Amino acid sequence: MAKSIDVSDLNIFYGDFLAVEDVTIPIAAKSVTAFIGPSGCGKSTFLRSLNRMHEVIRGARVEGKVLIDGQDLYGADMDPVNVRRMIGMVFQRPNPFPTMSIYDNVLAGQKLNSKRMKKTEADDIVERSLRSAGLWAEVKERLDRPGSGLSGGQQQRLCIARAISVEPEILLMDEPCSALDPISTSVIEDLIHELKSQYTIVIVTHNMQQAARVSDETAFFNLSGVGKPGRLIEHGRTEAIFSNPTDPATEAYIQGRFG
Amino acid sequence: MTSTQAPAPGRASVRRPGDRIFSGLSLSAGVLILVILAGVAIFLTVQGIPGITAHPDEVKSGKSFLPYVWPLVYGTLIAATIAMVIAVPVAIGVALFISHYAPRKLGQSLGYLIDLLAAVPSVVYGLWGIGFLAPHMVPFYAWLDEHLGFLPFFGPASATGRTILTASIVLAVMILPIMTAICREIFLQTPRLHEEAALALGATRWEMARLAIFPYARSGIVSAAMLGLGRALGETLAVAMVLSVGVGTVTANLIGSDNPSTIAANIALGFAEATGKSVNALIASGLVLFVITFLVNFAARSIVDRRKEFSGAN
Ligand SMILES: Nc1ncnc2c1ncn2[C@@H]1O[C@H](COP(=O)(O)OP(=O)(O)OP(=O)(O)O)[C@@H](O)[C@H]1O
Ligand SMILES: [Mg+2]
Repeated sequence: MAKSIDVSDLNIFYGDFLAVEDVTIPIAAKSVTAFIGPSGCGKSTFLRSLNRMHEVIRGARVEGKVLIDGQDLYGADMDPVNVRRMIGMVFQRPNPFPTMSIYDNVLAGQKLNSKRMKKTEADDIVERSLRSAGLWAEVKERLDRPGSGLSGGQQQRLCIARAISVEPEILLMDEPCSALDPISTSVIEDLIHELKSQYTIVIVTHNMQQAARVSDETAFFNLSGVGKPGRLIEHGRTEAIFSNPTDPATEAYIQGRFG
Repeated sequence: MTSTQAPAPGRASVRRPGDRIFSGLSLSAGVLILVILAGVAIFLTVQGIPGITAHPDEVKSGKSFLPYVWPLVYGTLIAATIAMVIAVPVAIGVALFISHYAPRKLGQSLGYLIDLLAAVPSVVYGLWGIGFLAPHMVPFYAWLDEHLGFLPFFGPASATGRTILTASIVLAVMILPIMTAICREIFLQTPRLHEEAALALGATRWEMARLAIFPYARSGIVSAAMLGLGRALGETLAVAMVLSVGVGTVTANLIGSDNPSTIAANIALGFAEATGKSVNALIASGLVLFVITFLVNFAARSIVDRRKEFSGAN
C-alpha cells in the first residue's frame, strides 16, 4: 500500500519569495526519511509541498515535479482533497480540534472519509490509534473530554493518533517530538519503526540522535545566506550521511559546529 | 534561612495603581449598566401596572390587558421568528463566502458594502417594503394560496401584499447586514492551525468550515443572532409602515390582509393619540417586550454555556 515519492527540480514560492530551490530527491516506499537542517531552511515548506498543503497559503505555489508512485501530484487530474486523505500530516505545533472530544478528534479523518462505522468498530480504531501514539493509558478514562484539555505533548500525540487512524499511505511528520519528553519520544520512535513496515514516512527533526535512530535515509537542507532560498545539500543512507558526509556543511551541522 | 520565610501578611495584597484604576473603572461601568437597566425596568413596571389592571372601559381598545396584548405578542414572535429563519442562514452563508470563498479583493469590497448596508435607517427599509417588496410579492402570494392553500399559513392572499410575511422579509433584510458583519469578523479569526488541521485530513472547504470554523465561531454566531433578533423584536417603523394595522389579529395566515401586528409597531402607531390608562397599557406592552427579549437572551446564553468547555476559548 505504501507509495514512493519522486521529487525533481522543485522550486517552492511564497508569492515572489523563493523559499526552497531546486530540490531533487527520491523517497522509497516503506522507508523512513529524515529532513535535517537549520531553522528557516525550508524543511516544513518542502514537507508541506508533498501533500499539497503548501498551496492553502495565499500566493503560495510550486514549480517542478512530484511523482507519487509515478503519478504527478500536481497534475490537473489530482484532487488535493484526495491527496491529503492519502498522505497524512502531523504539524510542528499540536492542533487538535478544541471543540471536539478526544474520541471525536481521533475519528475526525474517518468521518470525512464518510465511512459508516459500527460503534464497536469506531471504538477499536480509537483504541488502536491512541495506543500506537502512546496516549491510551493517559486518556482512556476521559475520551469524552475536549482535546484542548490535554497538555501540549499529549495534544501532539493526539494529533499523531488522528493522522494514523485513517491509515494513510504516506505519513509526513514535522518535528513531531519537539514538545515531548524522552519517554513519549521513544514511544513515537517505536511507532515510526512499526509503521515503516506499511507506510512511507518522512520526518523533520532537529534532533540528530533521533534522525540517526529512526531513519533509513537522511536529507540535509541548508541556507546559502540570509534571504536566499533553502537548498537540499545532500541526501543518502543515514549511516553514510552521519559517518561520512560529502559536504563540509553537513558535517559541521551534524557535529554541532554550526554557525 | 531567612530568605525562605513566608512573605509578610501584607505583601500578597499589594495592588498596583494601574490595576486599581482599571478595576474601579470596569466595576463602575458594570454598575452603571445595571442601574440603567434597573431604571428602565422600574419605569416600565411602575407605569405599566395601571395599564395591566385597567378596566376594559378605561382603555381605547376596550379589552382587558391579556386579550389586548396577546395578539401583539403573537405577531411580534411570528415576525421575529420568520425574520430569523430567513436571515440567520443567509448571514452565515454570506459571511462564510466573504471570509473563506471569495477572492480577497471581492471579499473586501463585499465586506465594505455590507457594513454600509448596516447603517441604512429603518425608514428606508419601510419605504422599500411598501413601495417595492409588497407589490412584487402579490403574485407570489397568489401562487402560494393556489398551490399551498391547504396549509393554514397560506390562506386567502392579500391583494396589496402588505402582510406579516412581507414585514418579516423586510425585517430579515434589515438585520442581515449586522449579523453578516459580525459573523464575517469571527470567521476570519478562526485559528489558521485548526483550518490546516482539517484540510490536512482531506477536508473540502465546506467540511473545513464544519470542522474548524463553525465550532470555533459558535458563541459569536449566537451573539450576532441575538443582536439581529433584538433589532427584529424592537423594530417599530418598518413594520408599522408595511402593516399599518392597529392591534391586529391572531391568525396563522401569513399572507392575508388581516394581519397580526407587533408590540413595537403598535406602540409607535398608538402612542401619539393615546391618553390616560391607554398610555399605561402601551407601556405595559413595552414591559412585555422587555421580558421577552430578556428571556430569549437568557435562553441563547445558556445554550452557549452548556458546551463551554468545548468552545475552544481556553
Ligand atoms: N506563510 C509563509 N509566508 C511567507 N514566507 C514563509 C511562510 N512560511 C515560511 N516562510 C519562509 O520560508 C522559509 C522556510 O521556512 P520553513 O518554515 O519551511 O523553515 P523550517 O526549515 O521548517 O524552519 P524550522 O526548523 O524553524 O521549523 C523561511 O524563510 C520562512 O520565513
Ligand atoms: Mg519547520
